[in-house]
Amino acid sequence: MYILSAIIILTALGLFLGLSLGIAAKYLRVESDPLLEKVEALMPGSQCGQCGFPGCRPAAEAVVSGSAPVTLCPPGGTSLVEQLAKLLGVDVDLSQTKDAEPMVARVSEDTCTGCTRCFKVCPTDAIVGAPKQIHAVVADACIGCEKCINVCPTECLQMHPVEVTLRDWRWPKPMAAA
Amino acid sequence: MLALFENPRLRGGIHAEEHKTETSGVPIALDMPLPKKLYIPVQQHVGKPAEPLVKVGEKVLKGQLLAYSQGTISAPVHAPSSGLIADVLDFPAPHPSALPIRTIVIETDGLDQWTPIQKPDDPLALAAEEICALVGAAGVVGLGGAVFPSAVKLDLGRKNKIHTLLINAGECEPYLTCDDRLMQERASEIVTGIRLMLRGMGAPEATVGIEDNKPEAYLAMREACAEFTNINVVQVPTRYPMGWDRQMLRYLTGREIPADGRATDIGVVIHNVATAHAVYRAVCLNQPLITRVVTVSGSAVAKPQNVEVLIGTLISEVLDFCLVDKSRVARLIMGGPMMGDALPISEVPVVKACNGILALSEQDIEIPEVKPCIRCSTCITACPVGLLPLEMASRIRANQLDAAVDLGLKDCINCGSCSYVCPSNIPLVHYFKFASGELYKRQQMDHKSEQTKRLMDDRTQRMERIRLEQEAEARRVMEARAARAREQELAKQQAQQAQQSISEAGNKATAEEVQ
Amino acid sequence: MSIKPVSGPHVVAVRSVDSIMRKVIYALLPATAWGIFIFGWPALYLCAVTIFSAVLFEAVCLKLKGVAAAPYLRDGSAILTGLLVVMTLPPWAPWWIGVVGAAIAIILGKQVYGGLGQNVFNPAMLARVALLISFPIEMTTWVNVKPILLGPGIMESLSITFSGLSDLDGVTGATTLGAVKTGFSVHQTLPGLLHDYSAILAFIGWERGSLGETSTLLILLGGLWLIRDGIIKWQIPASLLLSIALLSSLFHLIDSQHYLGPWVHLNSGAVMLVAFFIATDYVTSPNTPVGQVIFGAGCGALIFIIRSWGGYPEGTGFAILLMNAVTPLIDHYIRPRIYGRYRNGKPIDVS
Repeated sequence: MYILSAIIILTALGLFLGLSLGIAAKYLRVESDPLLEKVEALMPGSQCGQCGFPGCRPAAEAVVSGSAPVTLCPPGGTSLVEQLAKLLGVDVDLSQTKDAEPMVARVSEDTCTGCTRCFKVCPTDAIVGAPKQIHAVVADACIGCEKCINVCPTECLQMHPVEVTLRDWRWPKPMAAA
Repeated sequence: MLALFENPRLRGGIHAEEHKTETSGVPIALDMPLPKKLYIPVQQHVGKPAEPLVKVGEKVLKGQLLAYSQGTISAPVHAPSSGLIADVLDFPAPHPSALPIRTIVIETDGLDQWTPIQKPDDPLALAAEEICALVGAAGVVGLGGAVFPSAVKLDLGRKNKIHTLLINAGECEPYLTCDDRLMQERASEIVTGIRLMLRGMGAPEATVGIEDNKPEAYLAMREACAEFTNINVVQVPTRYPMGWDRQMLRYLTGREIPADGRATDIGVVIHNVATAHAVYRAVCLNQPLITRVVTVSGSAVAKPQNVEVLIGTLISEVLDFCLVDKSRVARLIMGGPMMGDALPISEVPVVKACNGILALSEQDIEIPEVKPCIRCSTCITACPVGLLPLEMASRIRANQLDAAVDLGLKDCINCGSCSYVCPSNIPLVHYFKFASGELYKRQQMDHKSEQTKRLMDDRTQRMERIRLEQEAEARRVMEARAARAREQELAKQQAQQAQQSISEAGNKATAEEVQ
Repeated sequence: MSIKPVSGPHVVAVRSVDSIMRKVIYALLPATAWGIFIFGWPALYLCAVTIFSAVLFEAVCLKLKGVAAAPYLRDGSAILTGLLVVMTLPPWAPWWIGVVGAAIAIILGKQVYGGLGQNVFNPAMLARVALLISFPIEMTTWVNVKPILLGPGIMESLSITFSGLSDLDGVTGATTLGAVKTGFSVHQTLPGLLHDYSAILAFIGWERGSLGETSTLLILLGGLWLIRDGIIKWQIPASLLLSIALLSSLFHLIDSQHYLGPWVHLNSGAVMLVAFFIATDYVTSPNTPVGQVIFGAGCGALIFIIRSWGGYPEGTGFAILLMNAVTPLIDHYIRPRIYGRYRNGKPIDVS
C-alpha cells in the first residue's frame, strides 16, 4: 500500500514537473537573434578570414550556434575571448589562450613595383600609394590580416612584429609558482 | 563595532630595515666632476614629451632651454652645462626595459658658463601667476618620483580653493636620504620655496610632514620655520609607505581623497620637499631644474653619500664617483628598494625622477624561492590601500583580469608592501604591474578594433559610392550609346525617307515625264 | 633585452613559509611532550607513526603530481599536519588509527585539493571527524593518566600501540565531557557529576583526554608565543574563547544543573588547541580581521551548541569543519574598505 502511494506520488510529481518544463521551454524561450548581433558587434569586423570563415558575420553565426569555439578569432585576442565567453556563458580556460604576437605588414622598397594590388584588397585602407609609386603601410591602421601578402606579385610585403617602444612596453607575466 | 576596525589614520604598511644611517650623516657632495657628455631625455615628466629646439652642432650655455614644453601637461628641459649639441638621438632610458627614448646629447666644454640670468629683486612680491610661470619655465616637476609638472599643480591649486599645502617630506623608502640631507643643509631655502608655493596658489598655510626617523631634519626645519606661523612642521610615524601622499594626508588630517578625485577636491595640494627647493631656485635664482640630489647607497658602494648631480650624467659615472665595486653589484636600482626600478645597464642618464641610485650586492637581495600562497593574509594587513593582494594575484594568474579589477586592482599603488611581507615570496606587485599593463593593452586593442571598424565602414561606403558612380557612369555610357544608336537609326530613317522621297520625286518626275 | 626585468620590491622580509611552520611546531612541542609524559611510551610511538606516515603520504602525493618533493617536504607542513592529527587522538590508540588519520588528513584533506594553500577544510579536523565516525570505539578509549616511568615499559608499550590493548577496563575511563554527557543521559545533574573534577589539574592537564589536548596551560603559552611573534593574530582565539565563555556563563547562570560552566568548557576537550592552532589555520580561515572575529565567534558558538545539545560529548571538529565551509562566504562579504571609497566600493563623496 505504502509502495503504491509512493509510486503514484512520484509519478504524478514527475509528470507535473516534466509538463511545466515543457511549457516553460515553449513560452519562455529566449529569442536567439539579438545574440548574433551582439557577437558580431564584438568581432573586429575586418572580414580578414583568419578564422577560416569567409567573414565576421559567418564566424559570429558559427560561434552562436556552437560549431566554432569562442577562441576562433586571432586578431580579437584574449580580450575578445573573455567577452564572448561572458556573453555566451561558456567557461574558457583563459590561461590557455595566448595572444598572437601583433604583426604589421611592411613594404620593402627595393622590390615594390607600384602595382596597386595590395591597397585594393586592404580592408582598412592601411596601404597608401599610387600606380607606379612605391606603396607604404600605415602601421597604426594595419590589422595584420595578411591579405596584401597574398596578392603581392613580387613578395615585397612582409609581416613584422610590432616594434615595442618605451610608451607601450609592459611588464611580462611573472613566472608561476612551481 | 565595525568602526573599531575601520578608519585608523595609519593603515597597513611595513617597517623595513632602514639603511639610512650610511648616508644621512654625510654632507651632500657638490664636487662631482663635470662629465664629458650629458644625455638629456626630452621626456622626464608625466605628460607630453618636450620638443627639441636646438640643432646638432649648436653651442648652448648652462641653463639654456633645449626643448620646450608641448601642451598643458608637459615640462621643458634645459642644458645642465655649457657645450655643443653633439647629437639628438634615441638613447637607452633609465627604465627596467632600457628601451630608447629621444635624447639630446651635449658635449660639455668644461667652462660651465651660465646663460645670462635676471634675478627678481623681491621674489616674494611677485604675482601668483608670475610665480607659476617661472616654475613652469624652469621645468620643475615633482621630485619625489611622480614627476608631475609642478606649475600645473600650482595652477590647479590657485583655481580651486586650497586651505592647506602639504609638504611631503616622509621619505619612507629605505636607503634614501636625499630629502633628509636637503632639509638638514638647506632648510631656509626650502622654507622660502614653500612660501613661494603658498603665494603661487593663494593658500593660507602649509604643513610639513617628516618621518620621526629624521630628528635632525625635523629640528632644522622647525628652526627655519620659527618665524612663519603659517608653516607647521610635524613629525609622522616611520612606517612605509608614509611618503604615499594620500597616506600622509590621511594621517595628518584624518581625511581621504576620493578614489576618483584629486587632493584639491578636499582643499589640499601636496608637493614634495625637494620640489619646494627647486621652486626656490626657479623663482629666487631664476635657475632651471638642471641638478638634483641623488642618494648613492647600497652595500656595493664604498663611499655611500648624497651627491648633487647634473641631470643627464650617466649613472655609471655617478657610480664611479662613489667608488662602486662593479663586480659586487648584483642589482642596480633607480629610486628606493621598494618602488624603484632595476636597471639592466648603468649607461643611462640621471633624470629628474631619480632620487636614488642603489648598487645592491648579492647579500642585500635575497633571491627568493616562490612557494604557493598559504593564505596567511599578511599581505592584507600590510596593504595601505585596503586591498586583497592574494585574491587579486590568484585571479591574475588565471588571467581573470576583470575579476581582479572588481577586487580593486585599479586602486593599487604598487607600493610593494604586500610583496615585501609575503612569506611565500610571491611577486604580487609584479602581477599587479603586469595586469595593469595588460588592461591598458586591451584598452588599446579595443580602440584599434573600433578604429578598424570605422576604417572598414569608410571603405565599404567608398566602395559602395564607387560602385554607384560606376553604375551611373555605365548607365550614362549605355544611355549615350543608346541615344547615339537612336540618332543613327533616326538619321538612317531620315536618309531612307529622303531617298524615298527623292526616288518618289524621281518616279514622279519620271511619271510626269511619261505623262 | 636579454635580462628579464625584475619588479620591486628589491628587499624582502625575512619571514618564510618554512619558518612559520617551524615556529608553529615549536609552539606545539611542550603540549605534546606533556602528553607523552603523562600517557607514557605508547603516546610517543603513536606520534612517531602518525608524523612519519604523514610525511610519507605527502611524499607519495607529490611524486604522483610529478613535482620535486624535497622543497615541499622541507617546508614542514606535512610534519605539522601529522603532529596536529596525533595531538587529537586518544594516546593509546592503535598504530593504524594514526596511519589512517594521517592518510585522511594529507590525501583527502590537502592533496586532492591541489596541495598547500588550496584545501577548504582543516586537514587535522577532517581526519579527527572521519576517524571518530568510522572508529568510535578506538577513538573514545581514554587511558588513565600514568606518567611515563610508572606506566608500561618501552617493550610492553610497543605491544600496546602495535597489537592493541588486551585489558581495557583497568586502565581507561571517561573524559570530563564524556562523563557529563553520559550522566545527563541517565538523569544525573551537575554539580554531582563533577565530584572528582579538579579545576587546577584540568588547567595543568593532569586528566584523561587526547594526546596533546589536556594541558590548557602549555597550549595557551605556545599560542601566546605565536601571537607575540606575529605568526597568528589574536582575533580568532580571542573571539572563539570569548564566545564559548559568554555562552556557557549565560546558560550556566540560567540552569547550573544542566549546563557546564565556562571554566570546564575552556579547559576540556580540544578547545584550547582549536582556538590557537586549528581555527587559526591560515588556509581555512577568513582573510580579514572582521571576518576572523566572525569566524572565531561562530566556531565558539557551534562548539558550545554541539557540546550542550548534540549527540557527541565534544563538538570542536564538527564546529571547525562547518565554519571552514562558510569561510569563502565570509571572505566574499567581509572585505576591507579601500582608500577613498565607501564600503560598497563607490568613491567617497566630498562635495
